[in-house]
Amino acid sequence: MTGHEIRHQQTRTSPWPMFAALGGIAMLSGFLVVLVYQVTRPMIARNQRQAIMAAISRVIPGAVRNRAFVVTDSGLRPAKKGETGDIIYAGYDKDGKLAGIAARAAAQGYADMIYMLYGYDPKCRCIRGMKVLKMTETPGLGDRIKTDPAFVANFEALDARLDESGRKLAHPIVTVKHGSKRHPWEIDAISGATISSRAVGKALNASAQRLLPKIAPYIDTLRESKP
Amino acid sequence: MSKKDGITWETFADGLWRDNPVLVMLLGLCPTLAVSNSAINSLSMGLATTFVLISSGALISLLRRFIPRQVRIATYIVIIATFVTMVDYTIQAISLDLYNALGAFIQLIVVNCIILGRAEAYASKNPLGKTVVNALGMGTGFTLALFTLGAIREILGAGSLFGVDLFGPSFEPWVVMILPPGGFIVLSLMLLAFNFINARAGRKIEQSEGCSHAA
Repeated sequence: MTGHEIRHQQTRTSPWPMFAALGGIAMLSGFLVVLVYQVTRPMIARNQRQAIMAAISRVIPGAVRNRAFVVTDSGLRPAKKGETGDIIYAGYDKDGKLAGIAARAAAQGYADMIYMLYGYDPKCRCIRGMKVLKMTETPGLGDRIKTDPAFVANFEALDARLDESGRKLAHPIVTVKHGSKRHPWEIDAISGATISSRAVGKALNASAQRLLPKIAPYIDTLRESKP
Repeated sequence: MSKKDGITWETFADGLWRDNPVLVMLLGLCPTLAVSNSAINSLSMGLATTFVLISSGALISLLRRFIPRQVRIATYIVIIATFVTMVDYTIQAISLDLYNALGAFIQLIVVNCIILGRAEAYASKNPLGKTVVNALGMGTGFTLALFTLGAIREILGAGSLFGVDLFGPSFEPWVVMILPPGGFIVLSLMLLAFNFINARAGRKIEQSEGCSHAA
């Protein structure tokens, strides 16, 4: 077809078939997308709930139930469904006793943000577990923050006591060079994945410094508010 | 039905080998390289792409007489995007872990050249049955190529297949294989092997033809 012929044909074509085709297909698309959205929504919500519950029981040993709270400047209050903000989860064991508190932490890693959940045990005033929720760290190097047994062992009892003023941690959580961990508030880095390891330490420190002083006065309230 | 319009074995098998989307047409290399770092990721990506390929091809083939030429690309993209969104929700409903592993690449199926390429070159010109069979072949070819790449990279780079450890703790994983350069290295070796096999097969056919002529 030559250029002249194309131009000739275009001037003759009525726009209505185009409107009809695009409009009709857009409506069909809308219908299909809404249909699938409606069908999958409860399943997606259930998956997300299960993922959160699984993560909570990983970071709070023994937790079988949980309640979500929002941390505000004036204290704690139960979180409404779908609420955002500083959400913490109080985990309770099978007897209904408070087993720990799970909170979120995030920091810039090597590739992108690393999002994690950690569990604070008010009895030992330490972090009892950490789970990476989302990351895009280098496979085989940075992603070992999730799998490396020695690194995961850092979070069995990571000291997170508050100082006398109760407004900050007594010892900031820091990541130290591989093999040089001396104190319970230090995280032993993975050799070859220092940036990712440091990001975990930075995230936990920032989150704990900010949230724990606000939560500490309400630990007893949490103990009593069984799910 | 004349042979030209009928569904033959080639309608399906072209996508597997002769016109394999990855190994011959070199289409869709972006998701091919990006999500082929493990067997499960590459298999899921292949299946998701196959589903979009078949369903968008079917709809386009059905509507091919109603779609004006001037707006065909826009129409194809809307149709493809619809099916990709459906896949996106479905994968979230099946497994959040898988969804997180595949990341943005599910949404990016919309701009995968294989799908738009098949819509333009095949679905818009052929009847429903033939389009679906061809799309199934192309999708299978894409999935096989992706899965081979993913399996090789996972075996060499992590010492496992589908997350199952293969070699025990003494195996030192070849980490570069799961990193982006590994994707390029393995894909180029696969292309080399593929072209080598094809060239040999071509020579054999020539030789046997030569023999039969001599006889």
